Amino acid sequence: MKIEILGVGCAKCHKLEEIVRAVVGDTGVSAEIIKVEDIKKIMGYGVMTTPALVIDGEVRIAGKMPTTDQVKSWLTVK
Amino acid sequence: MAECCGSGTKLIYACSGAADVGEIADRVTRKLRKEGDFLMTCLAGIGAGLSGYVQSAKGADENITIDGCPVACARKTLERIGVTPTSYILTDLGLVKGESPVSEKIVDLMCEKIKKAKGSKTVQERTITGGCGCGGKC
Repeated sequence: MKIEILGVGCAKCHKLEEIVRAVVGDTGVSAEIIKVEDIKKIMGYGVMTTPALVIDGEVRIAGKMPTTDQVKSWLTVK
Repeated sequence: MAECCGSGTKLIYACSGAADVGEIADRVTRKLRKEGDFLMTCLAGIGAGLSGYVQSAKGADENITIDGCPVACARKTLERIGVTPTSYILTDLGLVKGESPVSEKIVDLMCEKIKKAKGSKTVQERTITGGCGCGGKC
């Protein structure tokens, strides 16, 4: 699983990364976590507001902070 | 450009209409983008179901649609994904479809009217007349 956290480095982006890393740690999901800070790459996803979370190429949320439970469901439900 | 971790993100979309009012809607949207605090983004991306555009709309504080005529494709495209935009329809603001030559003057006029008008949030707030409003001219 490839997880990309889109954001140029503000507090919310860091918070999202913390949540994702915590969920990956708790669930034991095998995932590559990448922080995308390049604005052109971010816009390449069609994302207009960050932070945003992309899982295996699909944008799951943008402009809002997900809950831990939401992230867990995205990482564990097929 | 994307808004980083910003609050108060306002996204604005133009309909992609082929008629004169559709072209004016596009130019009005681009002018409002340049003048205001809106980010213009792609309606077609939402229509195509592209996740970045869909999630950006759902995460925005406000979505604004500029439609040329009462068919309101832009507004309906947002409503299909469960988003209720602030809707402006140029024929409601005085344009007649098929009889509105595109000009800077008309674009400026529509921009001013939109800035003064209160956008319709719900279908119930507008009078539904049906049809595209061109009287057979489109």
